[in-house]
Amino acid sequence: MRDDDTGTRLAAADRFPATRHSAVLAAQSDDVLERERGLAILIDAYWKPAYKYIRLRHRAQGEDARDLTQGFFTRAIEKDFFGGYDAAKGSFRTFLRVCLDRFVANELKAAAREKRSPGAPMLSLDFEGAEGEIAREPPDPSRSVEQYFHDEFARSVFGLAVEQLREECAQRGRDLPYLLFERYELDRDPDERVTYESLAEEFHIPATQVTNFLAFARREFRRIVLEKLREITSSDREFREEAKSLLGVAP
Amino acid sequence: MRWLSSATVEHLRRVAEWPDLADTKYRLLEELGRGGMGAVYLADDTVLGRKVALKVVATGVSDPAAAERMLREARIIARLEHPGIVPVHDAGALPDGRVFYAMKRVDGSRLDALAPAMPLAERLRVFQRVCEAVAFAHAHGVIHRDLKPENVMVGAFGEVLVMDWGIARLLESAADDPSARPPGARGTAAGSVMGTLSYMAPEQAAGGVAGAAADVYALGGILYFLLAARPPFEDEAAEARARAGGADAPPRPIREAAAGVPAALEAVVARAMSIAPEARYASAEELSAEVSRYLDGERVLAHRETAVERAGRFFAKYRTAILLVAAYLVVRAAMLWLFPR
Repeated sequence: MRDDDTGTRLAAADRFPATRHSAVLAAQSDDVLERERGLAILIDAYWKPAYKYIRLRHRAQGEDARDLTQGFFTRAIEKDFFGGYDAAKGSFRTFLRVCLDRFVANELKAAAREKRSPGAPMLSLDFEGAEGEIAREPPDPSRSVEQYFHDEFARSVFGLAVEQLREECAQRGRDLPYLLFERYELDRDPDERVTYESLAEEFHIPATQVTNFLAFARREFRRIVLEKLREITSSDREFREEAKSLLGVAP
Repeated sequence: MRWLSSATVEHLRRVAEWPDLADTKYRLLEELGRGGMGAVYLADDTVLGRKVALKVVATGVSDPAAAERMLREARIIARLEHPGIVPVHDAGALPDGRVFYAMKRVDGSRLDALAPAMPLAERLRVFQRVCEAVAFAHAHGVIHRDLKPENVMVGAFGEVLVMDWGIARLLESAADDPSARPPGARGTAAGSVMGTLSYMAPEQAAGGVAGAAADVYALGGILYFLLAARPPFEDEAAEARARAGGADAPPRPIREAAAGVPAALEAVVARAMSIAPEARYASAEELSAEVSRYLDGERVLAHRETAVERAGRFFAKYRTAILLVAAYLVVRAAMLWLFPR
């Protein structure tokens, strides 16, 4: 496939997220492997929003916040927290936040985290990175904690989608669309006016190819975001509601 | 995983919402703006090799009423071929199911942003161009219903374009089509409230059927803005109107909002924004003609002049001749005094 065809030829196959098994449903499955797969996806999407939320909402610092985040997700695995989720009562995101609040309140009350057995499984979570993110962009005091959790959830989903876009482009041997996407959409500097023409010059390709590659990367990005949302919601209705809250439009 | 700033997240939100133009002749370049019904994007028409503005409905395929509204807007604009109304080139559905129409890309600025820096005479001439476009629409049976400075573009070559015909109404429609209500529109027994309360005629704000007189009222509101650099009803006043269902509240007197506005223009605004539709100018053309009179130094019909005002207008109109005659008389008098016979 020629590079300049990428935009058009890859597009047709990727209009709408392929139906995937919901990670929320998988996390409620009796099948251990399926449950682990679901939990891994949910933890990937939610651990960082949860950590930052604990830092802000419960004013937990350093080690405490890390222990609480670790504790919440390991307890969710051990005690099957997510098995109690009922899609009819609201979104999974809200359910998770309520579970988190309840867990933290109980933990603080009983000071249980000191009593947790040393043999409890540890998840590999990059708390240093999360701390760095908080330092780079402290919480906006004009936003409520619920809004903050939602903002961080959006950041997490988009971050995962960007990462997947990069990986998929690399796997297909099509690094250029991602590099252009990164340069034009992610590394945005308000003082630097990046144009398609300047990118064409920078990457030594025609401007039409820049247009095609960017169109392709944006479509892929949208597809991946919707795919992720499909994965971490339990029903079509919840998926549409989350897509609307995240993207502003129902897909 | 790469960290994304809130600004980047916000930007990506929009990028993810961008329409899918695969297999179309358009290539999306950037978002130009968005409103209640949809977003407008800059795109390349790869067949004709020109840039166009694509207006795409905001919601997905799940809202056929929104799609129908968008097509209706395109059809209305298509029947209005006038230099003051942006032409539609194309309309249809995109591969992702969203309805769109393509129109001429206007390279310019919105009137609300541009007006404060313009001299009064230029502002009034732009206003006349708006009146001409609206008069043309009325002659073709179309009422805009959302006229405001934000919906007027002044192009790079000085062209003036009336935009956003999303809630326009065809005069032959016996009543407003409920399906034409934009998201968030307030329905009433008599009809539906659509448009912008800061510029909206009382009968329209009350949910009644808005005719040409409602557009004349809104044109009066635009003239108010051009003279006072603020809308006739600002946030709180507009909300109060909404609560009162379009009660008969006149706008704040323009000379309170901006000292130094000529009394004649104040009277023109007052007449255009009369509470009773029949007390307003009968048409956008009449309103434009009144502004022409002012620009030409003639008496405007809406204002009863005092002797001082009449003298002032006379002086302003014939300033050069009066000054020449006065200079001649002074020189003549000086010569008579210096060289008496």
